[in-house]
Amino acid sequence: MRPLRLLAAEFPNLACEQLTATDKASSKPKKLHLKPSEGAADSHTEQPPLSPTSSQRLPTLPNNLTVAEERPAKRSHSSTSTHPHPTGDHETDEEVAFSPAYDALVENEPKGKMSEMSDDDFLSGGSDDDFMDESMDSDFEEEDGTQYLDDKDDKPQKKAYEVDFTVLTEGEIKKAQSDAIEESCAILALTPENAAVLLRHFKWNKDRMIEQYMDGSQKLLEEAGVDLTGSNKPELKTVPGFMCDICCEDEDGLQTFSLRCNHRYCADCYRHYLSQKIKEEGEAIRIQCPSDGCKVLVDPKSITMLAGVGVLSRYYELLNRTYVEDRENLRWCPAPNCEFVVDCPVSQKQLHEIVPTVFCTCGHHFCFGCGSNDHQPCPCGLVKKWLKKCEDDSETANWISANTKECPKCQSTIEKNGGCNHMTCRKCKHEFCWVCMGPWNEHGTSWYNCNRYEEKSGIDARDTQAKSRASLERYLHYYNRYANHEQSGKLDKDLYIKTEKKMTMLQSASGMSWIEVQYLDAASKVLQQCRQTLKWTYAFAFYLQRNHLTTIFEDNQKDLEMAVEALSELFEKPTDQLANIKVEMMDKTAYVSNRRVILLDTTAKGLQDGTWEFTVEF
Amino acid sequence: MFAQKRLGKELSNIHKSLPPGISIASASDFSNWKMDIQVLDTNPLYADQIYRLNFKFSGSYPIEAPEVTFIKEDGRDIPMHPHIYSNGVICLDLLGTNWSPVQNVESVCMSIQSMLTSNTKNERPPGDDTFVRSGYRSPRNINFVYDDNTV
Repeated sequence: MRPLRLLAAEFPNLACEQLTATDKASSKPKKLHLKPSEGAADSHTEQPPLSPTSSQRLPTLPNNLTVAEERPAKRSHSSTSTHPHPTGDHETDEEVAFSPAYDALVENEPKGKMSEMSDDDFLSGGSDDDFMDESMDSDFEEEDGTQYLDDKDDKPQKKAYEVDFTVLTEGEIKKAQSDAIEESCAILALTPENAAVLLRHFKWNKDRMIEQYMDGSQKLLEEAGVDLTGSNKPELKTVPGFMCDICCEDEDGLQTFSLRCNHRYCADCYRHYLSQKIKEEGEAIRIQCPSDGCKVLVDPKSITMLAGVGVLSRYYELLNRTYVEDRENLRWCPAPNCEFVVDCPVSQKQLHEIVPTVFCTCGHHFCFGCGSNDHQPCPCGLVKKWLKKCEDDSETANWISANTKECPKCQSTIEKNGGCNHMTCRKCKHEFCWVCMGPWNEHGTSWYNCNRYEEKSGIDARDTQAKSRASLERYLHYYNRYANHEQSGKLDKDLYIKTEKKMTMLQSASGMSWIEVQYLDAASKVLQQCRQTLKWTYAFAFYLQRNHLTTIFEDNQKDLEMAVEALSELFEKPTDQLANIKVEMMDKTAYVSNRRVILLDTTAKGLQDGTWEFTVEF
Repeated sequence: MFAQKRLGKELSNIHKSLPPGISIASASDFSNWKMDIQVLDTNPLYADQIYRLNFKFSGSYPIEAPEVTFIKEDGRDIPMHPHIYSNGVICLDLLGTNWSPVQNVESVCMSIQSMLTSNTKNERPPGDDTFVRSGYRSPRNINFVYDDNTV
């Protein structure tokens, strides 16, 4: 095959045109699906071109193990990814080709960054090749509908499990606040300080604020802590004969301060007070006048006037924090030291029908709904229930009930660890039969051989036990698998380092370039991602009612699990074999990631349509 | 330093005059004072009883509220009140979220005095047993929910 870069260079208009088309459609990694032209890849013309959309359409088939067979073993270049290939010119063999599903591998990378890079890649390839004239251009266009580009309906569609979101920086958060303040200033003719106080009072709900302000401005301002009636101008000054009520200082020339309410204290006490509130109590927007019962808020201007640098920076930090916490559509990225904010329109009320996993620019992906690590496809409510179940000892109780019996008379818990069926309770000396739980004296002479199997009391006792046993077994079935994937996920923590080492070793062993061994990295990323998903499929399945949808779900789960294990096995092979199984591994990687997409997509659709039936409310 | 000056001033004021029913038991340093309070009217719950309050001041008093608890000392008991736990911890918003640096020892004593005066219930707060057993001694570590403004 000709290198990707050359391909783009030969059809610059084509490439650019396509680029703008997808650009509008979405900001996700761009996909350019070109069928091999005679010029570009003549060695592959006889191969059956794979429909670029086939892999995307598969999600509608719930159980399609046939995906792998459908794809030609040696893939054609029917679809190529536009991932950056800095050394693209050196790639001359078929391994440059990526199946469409391969694109999905990068989905946990920052999307904005990715699309930028692909843009650059294309533009640098095509920008100075404007030798192509109009006629040539139109030639291509004539054919393109039928032959060259049949991906008109293959715009990067949003999958059912994906949500729209944007990652904001601290600066953007600040700007959003000042924009809102400015706007309200203009509408309500307030000073920026008072507008800010009002906005914060209304948790940044501008419309509600304006509406209520129109109804009664004075009452509202009082309620929010803005006092317009007070005559005093907040400034530092000395007052003759003043004594501070806080520190009892009364020397001459003492700097004093008061808000509009005219509750005057010395500047030092005010500073102390502010620093206590801001640094110790973490309060920013509801700092009131120190006077007892006075509801006037210390406005930002006064704080700026009084507070030291350290307190002030903390104050601004807190303002930003409360802004993000007040807005339902914003959430801090929970990764340590990450300062980005994610903006996502999914509200708390929607969380039972959608699992909003978002990807922060720092690389962390998490659930926007609850802030914990990505737990697709399991909804937040079930995650909470599941974790609680795993944590509390409700299952210990189940174990007790499954493995012990209670004395029919005094209800002491008894575990039988040997001996005959003639039980004598140590506590109340009641004699009973372990098999039927009935009193022993009814057994007559049939020693050690219970023939009273049909007695009602015995049946009841056995029924409850059987139920507990089944419930315990069911839980353990799901829990063991959940825990297994969690454990594997934990082991994979240092997988990245391991992978990098492996890649270096493979490079020196096979003579491949760093770019050429990237498939290992891709495989390891997919493995990690899939284990995370698999883990939560078990929690999800635990709460599902048994019906045919559940069966389909479990089939999908099984397919993914088998594919993951197969890829995992390949991944663990010794280095000298890794070079030979490159194609197989890339195939498997794409397949595994495709299976994950299918599973997530069908699950998310079911949640949205409310077709899943759960055993619990959440 | 900050607290000392203010406490010194308070102390000299207290020595000068105190409202009826409030007296000073000990104030030998600027970190721990003891005050005696009694209810003046004929409330049968507290009639002829004197209770002892323990004040603990931190370095940033009066910006930070003092820790105020009832203590058993010199035959003084913990008063019965639906907001006072049997280990002496007082659930009063004034000593927590609603503290203002303008408050002082005298005003706190008066508030607690009137809290007792107006009470008619001979009971402890709900969950007193568990609370006392959990061993909280310092009210600072407790997040009270001030849910009842009637007593």
